[in-house]
Amino acid sequence: MMKRKGEDEPWALEPEAMAETVDLEGRWEDLDRLLLRPGYIVGPGFEPGIELRDMIKNDCRVLVIGAGGLGCELLKDLALTGFGNIEVIDMDTIDVSNLNRQFLFRMRDVGQPKAKIAAERVMERVRGVNVIPHYCRIEDKDPSFFQGFQIIVLGLDSLEARSYINALVCGFLEYEPDGSPDLTTIKPMVDGGTEGFKGHARVIIPGVTPCFQCSMWLFPPQVTFPLCTLAETPRSPAHCIEYVHLIQWGQDRPGETFDADSTDHMKWIFEQAAKRAEQFNISGVTYTLTQGVVKNIIPAIASTNAIVAATCALETLKIATMCSKGMDVFMQYTGTDGVYMRTFANEKDTNCIVCSPGVPVEVEADITLEQFIDAILTDSRFKNKLLKPSVSLQGENLYMQAPPVLEEETRPNLAKPLRTLMSGESGILNINDRKLKGVLRLQVNFKTADVDMDAGAGG
Amino acid sequence: MHLNGTDEGVSVLRLDVTESALKKRRLDREATPGVQAMAQRDKKYDRQLRIWGEQGQAALEEANVCVLNAGPTGSETLKNLVLGGLGSFTLVDGSSVQASDLGNNFLIEWSSLGKRKASVVCSLLHEMNESVIPKFVDESPEAVIDSNPAFFRQFTLVIATQLSEFALEKLDLICRQYNVVLLVARSYGLVGHVRISVEEHDVIEAKPDSRVEDLRFHKPWPELRRLVEEFDIDTGDPLVHKHIPFGILLIKILEDWKAEHGGQMPSSLRELKAAITSRKREHDEDNYNEALKAAYLVTSPPPLKPEFLAVLNDKKVEINSESSNFWIMVSALKQFMENEGEGEPPLDGSLPDMHSFTDYYIRLQQVYQAKAEADASTVEERVRTLLEQIGSDPDRISRTSIKHFCKNARNLRVYRYPSIADEYRARVGTEFQKLLAAEDNSNAALYVLLRAADRFAGTHKRYPGTADAEFEEDIALLKAAAADVLSEIGCHSASISEDLVGEICRFGSTELHCVAAVIGGVAAQETIKLLTGQFMPLGGPLIYNAISATATVFEI
Repeated sequence: MMKRKGEDEPWALEPEAMAETVDLEGRWEDLDRLLLRPGYIVGPGFEPGIELRDMIKNDCRVLVIGAGGLGCELLKDLALTGFGNIEVIDMDTIDVSNLNRQFLFRMRDVGQPKAKIAAERVMERVRGVNVIPHYCRIEDKDPSFFQGFQIIVLGLDSLEARSYINALVCGFLEYEPDGSPDLTTIKPMVDGGTEGFKGHARVIIPGVTPCFQCSMWLFPPQVTFPLCTLAETPRSPAHCIEYVHLIQWGQDRPGETFDADSTDHMKWIFEQAAKRAEQFNISGVTYTLTQGVVKNIIPAIASTNAIVAATCALETLKIATMCSKGMDVFMQYTGTDGVYMRTFANEKDTNCIVCSPGVPVEVEADITLEQFIDAILTDSRFKNKLLKPSVSLQGENLYMQAPPVLEEETRPNLAKPLRTLMSGESGILNINDRKLKGVLRLQVNFKTADVDMDAGAGG
Repeated sequence: MHLNGTDEGVSVLRLDVTESALKKRRLDREATPGVQAMAQRDKKYDRQLRIWGEQGQAALEEANVCVLNAGPTGSETLKNLVLGGLGSFTLVDGSSVQASDLGNNFLIEWSSLGKRKASVVCSLLHEMNESVIPKFVDESPEAVIDSNPAFFRQFTLVIATQLSEFALEKLDLICRQYNVVLLVARSYGLVGHVRISVEEHDVIEAKPDSRVEDLRFHKPWPELRRLVEEFDIDTGDPLVHKHIPFGILLIKILEDWKAEHGGQMPSSLRELKAAITSRKREHDEDNYNEALKAAYLVTSPPPLKPEFLAVLNDKKVEINSESSNFWIMVSALKQFMENEGEGEPPLDGSLPDMHSFTDYYIRLQQVYQAKAEADASTVEERVRTLLEQIGSDPDRISRTSIKHFCKNARNLRVYRYPSIADEYRARVGTEFQKLLAAEDNSNAALYVLLRAADRFAGTHKRYPGTADAEFEEDIALLKAAAADVLSEIGCHSASISEDLVGEICRFGSTELHCVAAVIGGVAAQETIKLLTGQFMPLGGPLIYNAISATATVFEI
């Protein structure tokens, strides 16, 4: 073993040679305090020891989704927290406007895939970590890809992408007959987000803590302008810009697809919006504002990303090792007025179509399977969520929309009373649908109970 | 790298990049402005320019910041500032890179092992943004504080990371002497601490999250009244009826109400809303729906915030020849409010969007803007007179500055921070005592424990829990030190959980990367607020608790 040298003593060994064999002694001494020493405020089942450090270095695979402002920070933070196997997925290429915060990128990297460059830079700097990049959309990956990780960390800027991953990962979850989640199917997620001086971080343990869908209400709806205001009574520079963007482009340049990344296109929108503003006596249309409105640019700074990402990385370490108590479960940060950083234990939504052990559905006792399918298709809670639902009961297919062989095989069930198919009992039905990323679980209760079947009428 | 001469006796080294950095910045700035070639710099900083604007960015680019200690806390703080385009920095650290630096600091490479840390971190920071001028001092911060206090005079702001109580007190005295802002940042295991120390920090552009709409519906000025008179809100034209801006509706309906009630205001919001509803014709008249939503502005106009009133009543409003521009403007503002303003600050002139025909809205907007302009001119006259009175150049403050001041007048803030010595000596206030007496007093207890750990280190020449062998002994000693701190701050009856004491010993003064990244983020954010004079900085010491992912700002 190597000794730590005094400060004035020149380092004797070639660092290159040592990397191959073992980490430098003392390299992780800060982290070791948490992982090797017993703690006082720790998670359940925390067992300190060198095995923990080896586990996060060798066995724990972490997926980082997004290699942007949060992603760059997350990769650095996870690597310097001892995680040895990290993968990162991002479909974007590097833009000049990323450089004020995405510190792994330089001017010469503009145009290169973010995931690839980020992975390279982190591996160059932090010896011993393995970062595998995936330059593609998350939708391009098979669900089994996500299954392969112990923890998934989200550094995304869109609600759609968060919803997608959330539904997919909650879809892995299986419940025990008693309604408690099957622990082996839980895949924890840690999610971060920022806007200017504000941000959030949260831990999603599917089936245990609220999922993204449960607390969708936390995200305010996007501001949109009524079309008649844009067309007839514009009053602000943004109204003029949106008119040109949404209406005038199609009229003046039919057949041409607007590309927000084309300087020529953006310049045209700006010039036309400026003309329109002048016509209506409105001031304040600038090129910067035009870009901001058209691309819906969210302001972003390095410091907020650093705070939120590091919070996420720490929670990832806690989930993996239990070396400290986990946060409770949604952290909000605001830096505009002093510093505000608090957590909230918001509640799971029992009606959540993504993570509920069974969204309660009450049906007539004599309903057929076909009528049941029609009923859920018109249920307002599942509006626009279902297209052609297939129904199964504890792994048994009651009705499958595809493939044709299975459809034909299960078709006779459509005319049968649902209650008969469920052996007379209330229970959980699993709904699969092309439009769903995961599975929709329904807790079916029958309205009137037959005297001889009251055993199953509870639920 | 070469010697940049001595600076108050301290050898400041700078990387051989200064010329290229200066040239680069010049080129960035000289790039053709406008649509065709939006300057590279503007593109690079676009996402932050949308937050603090050109003025904020200019303040950042002019700043010269000193950072003490090049561990992860100092490195991460600087990383965030350098990315944003800080002007120049000087990093002070007297140690060499050791193995543990490779486990917690991203601004150190494997090949840096054994090299001087300040130099290594400095050059990797520079590589991140070549527009920044990087310098370093290869000496321990404590040595510089002791031997060359005048070294600190050159800086806009000093960020002291990982410094003990003892050195901080000395540095604070120096910074106050030269009127340099001091920011303290510290990472300690799963705990962090950030604090600002400066005699006074004035904020004009507080940019509060929830903007107060100052629309004066309760007290329309003559020009606004005249505009209202031009509208017939009972018009027979249904299209016009639903396109009169709600501001006009509210003022007119209120006037009519008062005329019918002997000049009295409606006694409740409900009464007013009923009057609005009675003039509404169709369910979907958006202007009326907006008027109902905004009706509260008539019965309860936005109050002046206590922080703003405190500024008006500050002793510095009595100006003299030494007064800063800020206080001269505050003084003029106060005079304005007592005279022309009839108790109100200048109108800021902004008007929220209102469902309306374009020309109706634009005319209303112009009346608001004209009033704001006129108010600012009145304040400007008062400023010029005051400047003359104190024997100063009456044109010392530009019209642009005065207009900017007037636009933000409602949200003015002045921050004054006790010196670090005072914080350490004084008994804490009731606010802190309450927090310490609460059932979950973790964050207040951590504040006490961090101070206790410093005291422990002063006595025992090591931080508690540094060595495994003395672990149990250290727990008892730290407990005793915490009891001492508690009794000194006047909280001897408060209790601190054994678990927290144990955790602090478990951490043993480590600097975890993630905690340093959070603290570096907060420290950079506070630095940006202090340098730009925008937003509201911390009002007191902050404790970050990474166990629970929470932070508390204390009033000491």
